[in-house]
Amino acid sequence: MIELENVHKSFGAKKVLQGVDLSIAKGESMVIIGGSGTGKSVTLKSVLGLVTPDQGRILVDGQDVLQADRDAFLARFGMLFQGAALFDSLTVWQNVAFRLLRGSLKRPKEEARSIAIEKLRRVGMKAEVADLFPSELSGGMQKRVGLARAIAADPEIIFFDEPTTGLDPIMSGVINDLIREIVVEMGATAMTITHDMSSVRAIADKVAMLHDGVIQWTGPIAKLDDSGDPYLDQFIHGRAEGPIEAIR
Amino acid sequence: MRLLSPLAHIGRAVLGLLAATGRVTLFAIDGVSHIVRPPFYGREFLAALLNIGWLSLPVVGLTAFFTGGALALQIYAGGARFSAEAVVPQIVAIGMVRELGPVLVGLMIAARVTSSIAAEIATMKVTEQIDALVTLSTHPMKYLTAPRVLAALLVVPVLVGVGDIIGIYGGFIVGTQQLGFNSATYLKNTADFLEIADIASSLIKGCAFGGIAAIMGCYFGMQSGRGAQGVGQATKASVQAAAVLILAANFILTSVFFTT
Repeated sequence: MIELENVHKSFGAKKVLQGVDLSIAKGESMVIIGGSGTGKSVTLKSVLGLVTPDQGRILVDGQDVLQADRDAFLARFGMLFQGAALFDSLTVWQNVAFRLLRGSLKRPKEEARSIAIEKLRRVGMKAEVADLFPSELSGGMQKRVGLARAIAADPEIIFFDEPTTGLDPIMSGVINDLIREIVVEMGATAMTITHDMSSVRAIADKVAMLHDGVIQWTGPIAKLDDSGDPYLDQFIHGRAEGPIEAIR
Repeated sequence: MRLLSPLAHIGRAVLGLLAATGRVTLFAIDGVSHIVRPPFYGREFLAALLNIGWLSLPVVGLTAFFTGGALALQIYAGGARFSAEAVVPQIVAIGMVRELGPVLVGLMIAARVTSSIAAEIATMKVTEQIDALVTLSTHPMKYLTAPRVLAALLVVPVLVGVGDIIGIYGGFIVGTQQLGFNSATYLKNTADFLEIADIASSLIKGCAFGGIAAIMGCYFGMQSGRGAQGVGQATKASVQAAAVLILAANFILTSVFFTT
């Protein structure tokens, strides 16, 4: 279970998070939506300890993330980055097996490679791509490799940062379906940040909307269309008029 | 108030410089401390050795060769003014080993290696590869900084040694082929004049300059701002800082070694 309690974060004079409270149950797929610059990425990075909150607590299974043993803590996580964030100097399989080639989860090289190829197959890629470099792949293929890397060590918790940004609608649908299938199949807890409503409907069990540094609304995906929240309604219908100021 | 304004500017600049010095020093201590603490990343270390050492050999060799040759010509022409043309082998040797070899190799490493390290790490930062490293339980200082700094500390003295030899060889070629020196006499004068302390000072300078070059590349890469502009500025700042620090360190080390 992931719990954020009154989390604040500022960068200089800019207050990004102003008291975020959010709870994600074990095995649940939570999608955080919100406009650009509302602090979705900061929220996600705070849970991972990549950003330290100014105030408040973040607990994972009751343990404060800032006091946890970093290696053991991070070994429970997998993350798909917005731009995939694959390592240019390593081949596709070495990227996927990165965690399996070093540190506490280290395996023999052949075993790590075969796990990497199995994970690549799981995300719909052939074994032939294993020895290519990331720069030789298209954006959609890089996302798939990023997804394979995120699930390579069978994590309990998976984060997805804007998983469909920059992809065409068909590839977005493929990635959304893959994420949903993998999360269900692994029984993992998932936290996704996106402003792509097709992703929200495909991936989410629950949705939280971040606005003005706080969670404006949270509830199950089934309640998304009749929430009665004017902020959420404006956002999901993409209206320029409403309580959320749109800069023209 | 207007009168105090220039003082305030100076004060801000000094405080900024002191803060930057502190940040770089803490970064350097952190980076060096990771060299001696496991886990160690052998593959990254070997890649850094190859990039910093082996692949720098052509530029180091050419720089040293031409500098040695030019030095021989200058000393011969200058020495002729007071009938001291015969000192070419000795001055080329001492000039290359004590001063020009380490400084020129240091500056070439700053241009070639510091810029490449800074650009690579800055790009990794901009594309979230550094964050990805952290989420994959890998400390960026251990994986990126420690192997590069260790490789530079070990291999730049070797490059300086090679540069010294090639520089002396450049002087030898010019001396014997153009200035009429006897080759055996040239080599004997070179060997007789150089002392172990000269060679040791050259290699110690190389070690210091290598450390500076790698640390500056890593520091500015890690501190990079966003986008292509951030990468460009990090690269530029890293080379400037490395070059100035190498020249300053050279002055300090020369004062320590040779003014007693």
